[in-house]
Amino acid sequence: MPDVILEARKITMQFGGLKAVDSLEFKIEKGQLAGLIGPNGAGKTTVFNMLTGVYAPTSGEVLLCGKSLAGLKPFEISHLGMTRTFQNIRLFKDLTVLDNVLIAGHQHMKYGIFDALVQTKKFVTAEQGLMDKAMDLLKIFKMDDKAHKAACSLPYGEQRKLEIVRALATDPKIILLDEPAAGMNHSETHHLMETIAKIRQQFNLTVLLIEHDMKLVMGICENIVVLDHGVKIEEGHPGKVQTSQRVIEAYLGVEEPG
Amino acid sequence: MQDFIQHIINGISLGSIYALIALGYTMVYGILKMINFAHSDVYMVGAFAAYYVARFLGIENNPGFSTLITLLLFSMLSCAILGLAIERFAYRPLRKAPKLNILITAIGVSLFLEYGGQVVFGADPKVFPEVMKDFVLFNIADVELKSFDVTVLLVSLIAMLGLQFLIFKTKLGRAMRAVSANSSVASLLGVNPDRIITFTFIVGSALAGIGSVLVGMKYPKIDPLMGMMIGLKAFVAAVLGGIGNVGGAVLGALIMGLSEEMVVAYLSSTYRDALAFGILIVILIFKPAGLLGKYSVEKV
Repeated sequence: MPDVILEARKITMQFGGLKAVDSLEFKIEKGQLAGLIGPNGAGKTTVFNMLTGVYAPTSGEVLLCGKSLAGLKPFEISHLGMTRTFQNIRLFKDLTVLDNVLIAGHQHMKYGIFDALVQTKKFVTAEQGLMDKAMDLLKIFKMDDKAHKAACSLPYGEQRKLEIVRALATDPKIILLDEPAAGMNHSETHHLMETIAKIRQQFNLTVLLIEHDMKLVMGICENIVVLDHGVKIEEGHPGKVQTSQRVIEAYLGVEEPG
Repeated sequence: MQDFIQHIINGISLGSIYALIALGYTMVYGILKMINFAHSDVYMVGAFAAYYVARFLGIENNPGFSTLITLLLFSMLSCAILGLAIERFAYRPLRKAPKLNILITAIGVSLFLEYGGQVVFGADPKVFPEVMKDFVLFNIADVELKSFDVTVLLVSLIAMLGLQFLIFKTKLGRAMRAVSANSSVASLLGVNPDRIITFTFIVGSALAGIGSVLVGMKYPKIDPLMGMMIGLKAFVAAVLGGIGNVGGAVLGALIMGLSEEMVVAYLSSTYRDALAFGILIVILIFKPAGLLGKYSVEKV
């Protein structure tokens, strides 16, 4: 039995009278590239918000490496090694590309304000180390030449990539990508998926990604959870999901008899 | 001509003091989008802290460098602790409340400090300790550089460069800029927004503490309501430069200090305060977000 890194136990999110997610259960194994798919409005982003502490689940709990995340704030969950990107890009758009990445290293910087004011060796080496690491990450995504540009000046596709770089800079064990390919054309998407597969190897990561384009996830995901109207309707390897009658119905609708 | 240059020097000196206080308004606004009306009273408490410390140590009539440093440190420390306490006990419980509630609370804290100050310190003015002797340091072509002005300029310059370094070169400053831009995203990236907000209050208040000692040195009469007018002008300076923008606060404060000095010199001192608000009105008509502020139109 492989290690489970992330587990959702009957998580439910209720907004007033609407159950956005209902008793969802799944397990993500360490090192897996998993997908969370479903038609628009199925509750995928709500699941991400519950996993990362943006919303507290109405009931149920989330476990990261066997530890319950109940009551933890987003920054504490980030310290435990889980981070995410957003469906609608949320960069610090007035800051430089480099600053965006450096901020994600905040939690690993152990010096205090006095180290900074008197420029101790600890301060200088820590800042230099962070800078080198950020530039290395940017290099992997071929964005190091744009490090000093304002984040909002990047073309759309690169803003999406920068969000991933920034998330990686927190040194996560598991990274959640919310529609990383949204708004990209076919070749950009293909390229992005290759990069995701590559960084997973390189950083020994577990990846959970949301996508509503089924074909896209089928290619790279090893395990897929399908959500419809807040309920899990199927889970398993791509082959199984693809042929599932319930999944086909959720995406294409049910044929009326007669 | 000599007179004019002299007024410029005086104006910059006055503007630097406004800047130290304006920075506190603008930093807190930048990160919490609220006006901390109690800031001017933190400044007042800083002056009284310096006053009592000097009396306690018996250095109220001992002008010199060591007195200046001692008073600066104690004033900064007292203001930092007060700023931290205000944030922790008055503003943090309202973090999720509507902005108007926090604004009203800020006014409440301000009044509490002003009138609490009258009870604790007494309503009658006190004489601020003699921090240093005022003498002419340089005399270049009849333009006098006095020790007070040079001290004010040097101390505020060091404080502002320190702040600049803090904001742009350290993890704390980066986190401040991140929380100011989007605190929930900063949190998801591992930054604890509450800690950064506390830190912002500490730094802003400590700067006001520096300002209070410098003002006490130049105008050695302190009372519990001393923060009202200077606080208002510093606030105007922050808005003038574009509230939330650190460079803007300094620029706005220098404009305020210079124009005030010029009005007193060439018009009449009666108009000095009218002018401050006159400038504000004119600039806001033409640049609603202030000189360096960004006016963003909400996309629909």
